Amino acid sequence: MSSTGFNSQNGAGGQPYANGPSQNPVALHPSGPGYNMAHQPPYNPTQVKGPMPPGPGLYNSGPYQPVPLVGSYQAPPGQPMLHRPSMGPPQPMTPPQSASPGPGLRMPPAQATPPPPVSANSYYQHPPSWQYGAPPPIGAPPSMAVPQHGPVANHVTSSPSPAPPQLSVGYNAAPPAIHNTMQPLGPPATLQGYTQPGSAPPMNSMVAPQSYQPGMRVPIAPPPTMRPTPPPTGTPNATPPPPLVPKTDGHIQTPGNGAPFPNSLDHLETGHTMTGPAPPPGPPARHMGQSYPALPPGYQNTSAPPNASPMHHPMQTPSQPYSHAPQQYQQTSAGPAQLSPSLAGLSLQSQTPEALRVVNLLQERNLLPPGPISPPTPCLPQDLQKINCHPEVFRSTLTSIPQTQSLLNKAKLPLGLLLHPFKDLTQLPVVTSSTIVRCRSCRTYINPFVSFLDQRRWKCNLCYRVNDVPEEFMYNPVSRSYGEPHKRPEVQNATIEFIAPSEYMLRPPQPAVYLFVLDVSHNAVETGYLDVVCQSLLENINSLPGDSRTKIGFITFDSTIHFYNLQEGLSQPQMLIVSDIEDIFLPTPDSLLVNLDECTEMVQDLLKSLPHMFGKTMETQSALGPALQAAFKLLSPTGGRVSVFQTQLPNLGVGSLKSREDPNQRASAKDIQHLSPATDFYKKLALDCSGQQVAVDLFLLSSQYCDLASLGCISRYSAGSVYYYPSYHQQHNPAQVECFQKDLKRYLTRKIGFEAVMRIRCTKGLSIHTFHGNFFVRSTDLLSLPNVNPDAGFAVQMSIEENLVDMQVVSFQAALLYTSSKGERRIRVHTLCLPVVNSLSDIFAGADVQAITGLLASMAVDRSVTASLSDARDAMTNASIDSLTSYRTSVLTIQQPGLLAPACLRLFPLYILALLKQKAFRTGTSTKLDDRVFAMCQLKYQPLAYVMLMIHPALYRVDDLTDEGALNISERTIPQPRVQQLSVEKLSREGAFLMDAGSVIYLWIGRNCNPNFLTQVLGVPSYPAVPQNMTMLPELDTAESQRTRAFIGWLREQRPFFPILHVVRDESPLKASFMQNMIEDRTESALSYYEFLLHIQQQVSK
Amino acid sequence: MAFTFAAFCYMLALLLTAALIFFAIWHIIAFDELKTDYKNPIDQCNTLNPLVLPEYLIHVFFCVMFLCVAEWLTLGPNMPLLAYHVWRYMSRPVMSGPGLYDPTTIMNADILAYCQKEGWCKLAFYLLSFFYYLYGMIYVLVSS
Repeated sequence: MSSTGFNSQNGAGGQPYANGPSQNPVALHPSGPGYNMAHQPPYNPTQVKGPMPPGPGLYNSGPYQPVPLVGSYQAPPGQPMLHRPSMGPPQPMTPPQSASPGPGLRMPPAQATPPPPVSANSYYQHPPSWQYGAPPPIGAPPSMAVPQHGPVANHVTSSPSPAPPQLSVGYNAAPPAIHNTMQPLGPPATLQGYTQPGSAPPMNSMVAPQSYQPGMRVPIAPPPTMRPTPPPTGTPNATPPPPLVPKTDGHIQTPGNGAPFPNSLDHLETGHTMTGPAPPPGPPARHMGQSYPALPPGYQNTSAPPNASPMHHPMQTPSQPYSHAPQQYQQTSAGPAQLSPSLAGLSLQSQTPEALRVVNLLQERNLLPPGPISPPTPCLPQDLQKINCHPEVFRSTLTSIPQTQSLLNKAKLPLGLLLHPFKDLTQLPVVTSSTIVRCRSCRTYINPFVSFLDQRRWKCNLCYRVNDVPEEFMYNPVSRSYGEPHKRPEVQNATIEFIAPSEYMLRPPQPAVYLFVLDVSHNAVETGYLDVVCQSLLENINSLPGDSRTKIGFITFDSTIHFYNLQEGLSQPQMLIVSDIEDIFLPTPDSLLVNLDECTEMVQDLLKSLPHMFGKTMETQSALGPALQAAFKLLSPTGGRVSVFQTQLPNLGVGSLKSREDPNQRASAKDIQHLSPATDFYKKLALDCSGQQVAVDLFLLSSQYCDLASLGCISRYSAGSVYYYPSYHQQHNPAQVECFQKDLKRYLTRKIGFEAVMRIRCTKGLSIHTFHGNFFVRSTDLLSLPNVNPDAGFAVQMSIEENLVDMQVVSFQAALLYTSSKGERRIRVHTLCLPVVNSLSDIFAGADVQAITGLLASMAVDRSVTASLSDARDAMTNASIDSLTSYRTSVLTIQQPGLLAPACLRLFPLYILALLKQKAFRTGTSTKLDDRVFAMCQLKYQPLAYVMLMIHPALYRVDDLTDEGALNISERTIPQPRVQQLSVEKLSREGAFLMDAGSVIYLWIGRNCNPNFLTQVLGVPSYPAVPQNMTMLPELDTAESQRTRAFIGWLREQRPFFPILHVVRDESPLKASFMQNMIEDRTESALSYYEFLLHIQQQVSK
Repeated sequence: MAFTFAAFCYMLALLLTAALIFFAIWHIIAFDELKTDYKNPIDQCNTLNPLVLPEYLIHVFFCVMFLCVAEWLTLGPNMPLLAYHVWRYMSRPVMSGPGLYDPTTIMNADILAYCQKEGWCKLAFYLLSFFYYLYGMIYVLVSS
């Protein structure tokens, strides 16, 4: 970070402007002098405790005179500081000091909440899943429930006043801050500005290009969207400007004024002070100066300056949401206590929140929701929740964090985070700025959950250090206004990307470098994969991410290593063979990696000839180890990506492996051996690669055992990915070929980040226990990721080291620093904020069953490698037993017979059973070792959404698709059939069923399937005519066909890889794999769902 | 009072235990550094791994010496540690080189905590045995 920011803080008036704001001279121009004074008031210790209502002068306008142009102001009418205050909720209950003007209802807060509903949606791509997305107008409490998911939300709602009180504090505060700034403008002007609150000029226009980049991929949403637009800000403004002006000293304000303007800054700060992790009331007060607001938050605004009120109302009326607001807040003000979620829960125990509704699993058969399961919403004040990180990117297993480790232990639920940090986002704000504002002690990036003590200081939400706001940060490029640090995009978005200045580079950003290492032994040529790879590369050679520096190279290997000299000027690619595999060396270090732009033709030549070059090879050995060493040597000066294509067990040179699998043991073995690597060669090489920023992606195409457990290490520790195509063959297995083609296309063209590191920070008191995924852990909170790709997910187990007693919320921040393929250093920051609770029932109410299952799966994979598979299976079963036992004994007040679970965990036993029957963990069914290990890899590094489909596939009935309840996406109608239970009893011979298992989709056709479906969708006259290996639906021009294809297409679009479609009928060989996914049914070796429930019940009631 | 072989064994054990104490301290510091982010786990494992076998061998060495001089009472408390060392080395992760510590798993909170605890326990054990050997040496010298 540049120090400038910090220096300037004290700053003499003139200079500071130079930094940020200068771009917008007009706006800023004003007075140096005023500037100095700006924050002084608040600091003045003398004023500390005065209950005096903060006069308008407090933040005297003087300083900020630079006065954001009125015009610009209106655009981002976001409330200042809105969210900040809420951070520290409950305590805010300031002692109702006498001073309080009396509970009038002025509607201060109203403005705060109302997110312009529309805008919210724009944020992420899929509005439906985006909870914050369509927040109903803030309106009344009920609105909170609206977000689809019931559980948590309901929980909240149940209490008459959700989190409001705090909010209200915050809100109150907010307006004042704004208005102060405005004041200098003179009343008339300001008014005008406000009158148009709604109009949000397209942000681009407002953007000062230098400082704020609209975003590489998508321009930031217009400012208004980012924040709730509070048109009514006007209120405060209404206040008589004249008096203010004179008081440059602001804070000294006359008591008289104070009364009329209760809103002023002080409140703002009060909000903050409260927010802190229980900052003792005293100290904060100091900052604020006089402002310890005497009134309970709800009341503060009530005393409206008489003159103000008239203006106020008119303004508000236009926007509906606001008008509602007042009542809402009134309610809230009633009981501060209700703020804290737990309290709320307790007080209303009579109405149990939906998430805690008791479900008797043995009686309620159909627990699956009809559609996708949405994650619970953290029980946060609405304004915080709105800006919280999207659950697809960042979610926690417990959306309410227990206060102590012992409480967590009691709940018997795992605490952890699941991340998908590099997910392709459709809307991502990108900020360019020379100073990236971070906490000076813990280096946290400024985020929406920090609190601003005043305009010049912010308090870190992770370590609670008070930091200065650098001068540059005072200028808001979005609104082109000055003095509103809380409206900067960094503070408005929980997911944001920075373009990093040079301090974030250890060396100049590396170019994109791609090296392909291809197995060309006899076995490899037999499978015919070379054709596909070369063809794919030829097609996508121009869409490889990169810039003019992009480099590419090729190595092939069998029992020797072949390099290709592709240097410009040669008439054709030159193959260099190194047969000394014991001591590998690079024949011509300079010309093996060539610039893609300059040598495209040569590369194309090579790709065209490569498939035929080895057509007659009789070499059966494979020296993968030496080839990897060569690749490492080649890339170590730059770093980059190695894509290895391997088709057999490496059996020559270092890293050669022996077959460890005994096929006869596949089904019978009590415990599965050989899940851990046979040699550490690949691991060590991966660590070397990681040190040199080289990632290795492994494509395994093989019909035989390849010891993925050992080979996989090369990708696992170098942050690569593993793709596995069992029994790949060009002719014999066209479905695999198609899948390979699609995957390869995605692989070649997807985004990529080089030389990346990801650090996960969390609020003091929490610590990271274990990471899951593909990476190397370089220190307790730092992952080294030579490459990062958009399809990689991570999981983190957390532990609570110190009690979080004084905290209302905790935050987690994942910062991913990477070099884009264009050679830019970028930082993507995700911040998640979650409430802290102290009762078991609240913990259960906030449990996210999918995240828990995902984390448990990762933990179980570790367990099966370090201990044994049966251990891992027991651990998973015990996890469900323990948590339900804990629920039964500690939360349930009334003991009933049956297996009782809270509604939010009702699917937990089902998911655990599904895990036990998953390829990775199943026993008793013949499972190839490589298949199993691959499933384990996937469980660890796939993002949660895909993991869930792997664990519990979705089954739909598709022979009777209708447009009822269909989605409409870009003029396509996508039917939304109901998700069925995975039980054969749900299948009917008359129907056709689609099973979406993540990486594969099965379409099962019943023997007596509706002939209409056969002809209209499959294009065959009768059931026997359904081809054996059908993998594609014909494009028929019938409504049924269109619906089915639209639905399948929609399912495929939702994931980055390409699931193949298999049409399955009774005689198909794939019927077995289809039926294996019927996890609710009994198999020879595994319990049915009902039996499993009985087993759990038995254990629970012991 | 005579300088017997037993006395020599005790003296040697005394010196070697002092060395082991340093090993234990070194381990504790190393793991603490890991925990506080000062060191890269790869480097740290590379420095620690070569020390593991020497430590075990030193311990085995004076155990054998005590065996030779039939100091059963001294040998007794050392046997569990010897057994532990054997078990620990047998159950080490797959590694081509000598040593115990795998940089890819060492940062796991459980393993790190275990290693630290192991270091402290060993330090305590070596310290106690250091004084015991001192006593034993004097006792042997005086009594014989």
